[in-house]
Amino acid sequence: MSDIAIRAQHLAKEYQIGMGPGAEYGTLRDQLAHAFAAPIRALRRANKTHTPAPKRSSTHWALNDISFEIGMGEVVGIIGRNGAGKSTLLKLLSRITEPTRGKAEIYGRVASLLEVGTGFHPELTGRENTFLNGAILGMSRVEIARKFDEIVAFAGIEKFIDTPVKFYSSGMYLRLAFAVAAHLEPEILIVDEVLAVGDTGFQKKCISKMEDVGQQGRTVLFVSHSMPTITRLCERAILLDDGRVVADGPAHKIANTYLNSGVGVASVREWRDPAQAPGAEIARLRAVRVLTEDGEPVEAVDIRHPVKIATTFDVTQPGAILLPHHMLTNEEGMQICALHDLDPQWRKRPRPVGQYTSTVSIPGNLFAEGTIYVSTSLITLAPDIVQFDVPDVVAFQVIEKSVGDTARGDWTGSMPGLIRPLLPWTTTFTPIDQILIP
Amino acid sequence: MAILDTPPVGSSTQLAQDLRVPTVVIQPARGWQALQLGELWRYRELLYFLIWRDVKVRYKQTQLGIAWALIPPFVTMLVFSVIFGNLAKIDSDGVPYPIFSFAGLLPWQLFALALTSAANSLVNSANLLRKVYFPRLTIPVASVLAGLVDFGLSFLVLLGMMAYYRIIPTLAILLLPVFTLLTLVTVMGVGLWLAALNVQYRDIRYIVPFLTQIWMFATPVVYPSSLFPEPWRTLSGLNPMAGVIEGFRWALLGTDPPGAMILVSSTVAIIVLLTGLIYFRRVEQTFADVV
Repeated sequence: MSDIAIRAQHLAKEYQIGMGPGAEYGTLRDQLAHAFAAPIRALRRANKTHTPAPKRSSTHWALNDISFEIGMGEVVGIIGRNGAGKSTLLKLLSRITEPTRGKAEIYGRVASLLEVGTGFHPELTGRENTFLNGAILGMSRVEIARKFDEIVAFAGIEKFIDTPVKFYSSGMYLRLAFAVAAHLEPEILIVDEVLAVGDTGFQKKCISKMEDVGQQGRTVLFVSHSMPTITRLCERAILLDDGRVVADGPAHKIANTYLNSGVGVASVREWRDPAQAPGAEIARLRAVRVLTEDGEPVEAVDIRHPVKIATTFDVTQPGAILLPHHMLTNEEGMQICALHDLDPQWRKRPRPVGQYTSTVSIPGNLFAEGTIYVSTSLITLAPDIVQFDVPDVVAFQVIEKSVGDTARGDWTGSMPGLIRPLLPWTTTFTPIDQILIP
Repeated sequence: MAILDTPPVGSSTQLAQDLRVPTVVIQPARGWQALQLGELWRYRELLYFLIWRDVKVRYKQTQLGIAWALIPPFVTMLVFSVIFGNLAKIDSDGVPYPIFSFAGLLPWQLFALALTSAANSLVNSANLLRKVYFPRLTIPVASVLAGLVDFGLSFLVLLGMMAYYRIIPTLAILLLPVFTLLTLVTVMGVGLWLAALNVQYRDIRYIVPFLTQIWMFATPVVYPSSLFPEPWRTLSGLNPMAGVIEGFRWALLGTDPPGAMILVSSTVAIIVLLTGLIYFRRVEQTFADVV
């Protein structure tokens, strides 16, 4: 076996969640108030037996018994849906937070890039921020000075290098920030999803820079939602789900596993047990399903066909006005659109207790190909209270099988964009001999 | 698809690989941590850049610029001279009251400003704490050391005032760096405690302005410690800033030497710094999760 760069053994990280006895309080005052309120709570509980006891503070294992080895020079992608523990893993390996259990050994100088532009100060100029940010990321002054011109050229902001960054456009800011990060030369590079920033041209530049880094024999650990990016940059991938390693192997295989299995985001998600379902006082989410026009569950939808998203939820207290809604994002995390339930039957009307299913019909020829993630939320209006908000609750693939009758026409190359509507086109034609010359 | 399994501890492959020493071992910290001040030294360039940033940014977009380092102590000195010197006629150990109070305000302002910025330093750098690893100590240490620039500037004002009052310092002025260092030790100790506590309890942000105000009146800034008879004068050295300020006056103005008081103050300052360091190291692992 080749030399090891990172060896993780049974890493686990526990976070406190919920507000109950023993939970961590932000201020001394909260703790005092909590202590004083205890007798009152006890009285209430004695009087009203049906009042549930305060929810006990619970813990959540963001990472649970993670073990793996990464060899020197390997480029490894970490994939998994939101909340699978990817970011926590990167934070542990970059020493930002410590594990609750387990151990990791790192052989070599690590630079981690969980965000671009960390520590940028708006009042300082581009030049000053380059040095400051470089130092924060672990570069020495000499090293930054040596690469300074290269960094500025990479960012393409030569003219503005002595302007305070608060006057930069957001694009310039990100380009400079990434340029500094891209010139790190650690033996091990840990990168969170920072490539999903900036315009596509700059993204390409960043990705090819990342490819260079990998080819220079450096070890890279890379988190992304974008399977094409993972399969292109990484030879190996590790799939996390619910804080555990569920698969580890060649990147293209693992990416397929992720996209096709229930480990990734499925197109149907159900909560059988209401106690486990996400929700608050008034409403509780019971299921979200991606369906065909005929109401059949579907994972992959032909780009020409309509698709439905059906949300089933329980209303447990009468009288509230509800607004169920979805946010759709693509695999790069770009927001495509928000969908609000406007069904006139229930819009602005208080709802009685019961189970509801809100279904939205999305026409065909609307989204571009790719994976579409659905985040589902429900708020009660006036006062606006979030009852549940589940990111990436379901997902579906939009696929394009045929050529000819879709918006791409006879073109087989790549078609960028978040949406791909099929729109009517008209042309007027004037024969050459009828063009009037003034 | 292959699921990699780590060899159990003690297996032969493991032994072979352990011949290489890991650069870093990440594991839960248990109990008291080594202070690891060497790591702070390895990150001295970052420390330098953080100090440089604080200094550079402090008076950006102000009309008066670095004059703001001079105006507050100078105006405070004027107000104190009128109220405590002229109206209340507080004894000033035989030197003119304005320079008596300014010599006390000089280290006091260093202490108060550095303490305030140190106490808030970690919370204000929350984003850095959550996104990058570096020794957490660099943040409060940088904010304390950045205070030295303002101190140096108001020191020039003091020299001007000494020339104006024709005060010629004695050889004791050579000890001034020692008293300045003692100020830094004190502010670092208290600052580390408050900075670390502030991460968990944001009350600290509101306590600090009070604390510095009350502490100032508990310190011989506007009055001389010679007001206290012995042994109370020596005991007042339990407040390290009392020793520092008496030391400053002695070194600059030739008033009574602080005597045993400075020993008490130094001991307390060092104890506070050591406990502050130990406490900071104990809780720093959780900063990113809590801040």
